Amino acid sequence: MKLQSRHLLGLDGMSKEDITLILDTAISFKEVLGRPLKKVPPLQGKTIVNLFFESSTRTRISFELAERRLSADVVNFTALGSSVSKGETLKDTARNIEAMKIDMVVIRHASSGAPHFLTRVVEANVINAGDGAHEHPTQALLDMMTLREKYGKLEGLRVCIVGDILHSRVARSNIYGLKTMGVEVSVCGPATMIPRNIEALGVRVYHRLEDVIPQVDALNVLRIQLERQKSGLFPSLREYHRFFGVTKEKVDRAPKPITIMHPGPINRDVELSADLADGPHSVILEQVTNGEAVRMAVLYLLGTSN
Amino acid sequence: MKTNVLDAEGLRRTINRLSHEIVEKNKGVQDVVLVGITTRGEYLAHRIAKKIAEIENKNVPVGVLDITLYRDDLRGRLDQPILKSTKILFDIRGKIVVLIDDVLFTGRTIRSALNALMDIGRPAMIQLLVLIDRGHRELPIKADFVGKNVPTSHGEEVKVSMSETDDEDAIYLIENGRKEKKQ
Amino acid sequence: MKLHLKSGRLIDPAKGKDVVTDMLIVDGRIERIGQSLSADRSFETIDLKNKVIAPGFIDMHVHLREPGYEHKETIETGCASAAEGGFTAVCCMPNTNPTIDEESVARYVQEEGRRVTGGLVDVYPIAAATKGRKGEELAPMAELSKAGAVGFSDDGSPIASAELMRRVFEYSSMYGLPVIQHAEEQTMTKNGLMNEGLVATRLGMPGIPPIAEELMIERDIILLRYVPHSKYHVAHISTAGSIECVRRAKVEKLNITCEVTPHHFTLMDEAVESFDTNLKMNPPLRTKDDIQALKEALRDGTIDVIATDHAPHTIDEKEVEYAQAPFGIVGLETALGLSVTELVNQKYLTLNQLIEKLSVNPRRILSLSVINIREGEAANLTIFDPEKEWIVDIQAFKSKSKNSPFHGRRLKGKAIGILNNGKMYLAK
Repeated sequence: MKLQSRHLLGLDGMSKEDITLILDTAISFKEVLGRPLKKVPPLQGKTIVNLFFESSTRTRISFELAERRLSADVVNFTALGSSVSKGETLKDTARNIEAMKIDMVVIRHASSGAPHFLTRVVEANVINAGDGAHEHPTQALLDMMTLREKYGKLEGLRVCIVGDILHSRVARSNIYGLKTMGVEVSVCGPATMIPRNIEALGVRVYHRLEDVIPQVDALNVLRIQLERQKSGLFPSLREYHRFFGVTKEKVDRAPKPITIMHPGPINRDVELSADLADGPHSVILEQVTNGEAVRMAVLYLLGTSN
Repeated sequence: MKTNVLDAEGLRRTINRLSHEIVEKNKGVQDVVLVGITTRGEYLAHRIAKKIAEIENKNVPVGVLDITLYRDDLRGRLDQPILKSTKILFDIRGKIVVLIDDVLFTGRTIRSALNALMDIGRPAMIQLLVLIDRGHRELPIKADFVGKNVPTSHGEEVKVSMSETDDEDAIYLIENGRKEKKQ
Repeated sequence: MKLHLKSGRLIDPAKGKDVVTDMLIVDGRIERIGQSLSADRSFETIDLKNKVIAPGFIDMHVHLREPGYEHKETIETGCASAAEGGFTAVCCMPNTNPTIDEESVARYVQEEGRRVTGGLVDVYPIAAATKGRKGEELAPMAELSKAGAVGFSDDGSPIASAELMRRVFEYSSMYGLPVIQHAEEQTMTKNGLMNEGLVATRLGMPGIPPIAEELMIERDIILLRYVPHSKYHVAHISTAGSIECVRRAKVEKLNITCEVTPHHFTLMDEAVESFDTNLKMNPPLRTKDDIQALKEALRDGTIDVIATDHAPHTIDEKEVEYAQAPFGIVGLETALGLSVTELVNQKYLTLNQLIEKLSVNPRRILSLSVINIREGEAANLTIFDPEKEWIVDIQAFKSKSKNSPFHGRRLKGKAIGILNNGKMYLAK
């Protein structure tokens, strides 16, 4: 059993079998994470470069830990203060790094399609850690692992993604992955932040949390970015919090408890109230642990496949 | 060409004897734990634990070890081996771990298992129990408890069936013509 | 030079002619037209059986990049590319450096064109409508018109201010030259990388809404109604909605014309899923329905002209992440092939109508002389084989740049050669 592609670029078009393989493999790695010695040897001797053109401490640390725990050698490249700020292109950066004989690249970039571009330029396996607003496959995979853990299955679950869907790669990857696994997906947010034609992806659109809360098992709450307010997409954080923020009083109206998810970092009491984030139905910390396991699984499956 | 090496009765008696040997060598089962290597090592470990419970009236903890992550042949295979789960829910520090597998061949599986066990904890001692020793060691590995010695050639395969997962309890020697790598 | 063109199919839409005939051309002048002419050995005979002789094609939307961006293309390589594509004339856009917003630059491009091609390809400048194409002050349109400009445009950018567009209309109307608008409401298209639609949503790409084009065309039509003696031409029209605007305005008999590029009637926004930067242009590739509307509009005459918006960029400029790549592709050498394959062979246009879109109409819009294919007239001809099947090879392009998405594509229809100003070019 192995993955169909030698890269992980996104969940759009990934088969149910591949997603299941990754989730099942992640379970084994979660067990490794429970041991006192969290290190295993399968990627010994492999060199992995974390090419992060967008600052992101937590995702980079998560990947780096996963890589080191698989016994790989790790090199970190962040854009600031690097050759890129001196005008070197992505193509040249990648080629130079490859000339130093690396095996795998984990890339996060502000442009959709940057990882795809990279696969045309380097021989190494490419893992997408987030490209523009396009995809963030490992995030969606860890979200699915968390849901599957909580409910024992994915098929038939109802999940709503809440927030700025327009700019969210987490939303897109989740939509593609969840739909493949038979989950009923909806989105909720201000109309200015829901992309046109999103219904064509098989997703129901809501503009009021009150309408969607009685209909779902879990809410995946996205972080709202301040810059979006400046570009005229919503009037103020206060208004956003009042009408689109996920709060205990809104969620308590549901017939049964709703699982609360968030990719982090949380703007407490903006998109998600602190009491829900820390509450009994929040799986946010589980998501982080599962993120480690999922990334180990992906690195393992791709790194031992050729 | 299929030869029956051990039938169901033979297997029962062998497990019986091996269980007694464990108790005798360790002068009881104080600090003894059984760790079976997936898949059939696990079933063996459970059967032996059951027998030991009959003999000593004590329950010996049983764990399962998946050695896929420690294989020395992970890369360069056409198919990727399926990763299964390791479940060792007790601390192995200071314990006598009886590592259990169905067939001992080149010794590479046991080498992987030893590395895995060392990463999980620091046992006081590791003893190796195998149902069948078919020879052809490629590493300096020796079993402490052997069910049956079955000399084989490289072209032959030792097939272990256990009713937990196969149709019957039996061990066969099959002539293949092609070299089977047993892991 | 003495040429005997034998048995070519002469299609001359201006005269309603479509006949197999011979032609004798001496020193660039058509001496005789007739069936089965005889010519002595001093004539070079070219057998044009099943090939078409047409009035010379003109591409009224080309970026020659010189002066200022000669690493992408020069007037010389651009004209070589035009000749290869079957064009005897090109109109070059003013977004050069310096901009074609004053006489000297306008004269330069024409003279340089004459110098490097020997007259084979005529270069007609389209001058900037505003100084520096900044959209703030009127360019010296009178001087530019005298210096040979055939139209005005800030192409690359729209003339965004309604007030200024009104003044451009008023001023240019004195000289009878068309105002060519790159219609784009820029407040809506900031950061846009592809057509706003389902594909952009799937790919997480900021979109360029189709209405950004339609809004500006509608606005310009209102201005045109207000300043009726001006001439308005929509550059690279791309959406079904825009077509509707133009259609309604034509019914009203307003002085409006428009052009379409071959890539807009051939490729859909779905193609961008490969993140190939040779699919990134502005206006972007649109949907299947838009393509259908464009083809229908070519058939019913709403679209007057096919023009390529030939936009050369170097490999280094294009081989970057999609978001970073500049907009535009080259088109001179694939225009005819795409037009024949997608329009003529799919029965949207006859060859006669195609030639109107590539020669007769653009010349009329730019007030260039009609090409008379008559005994005694100077020869300005495009010769092409409408049946020739070929595979596009970007390495064989005469253009300096190879940024085309059509490499490897099978096309039908290829230019064989051109004749103009006493010179001839025959493709290999």
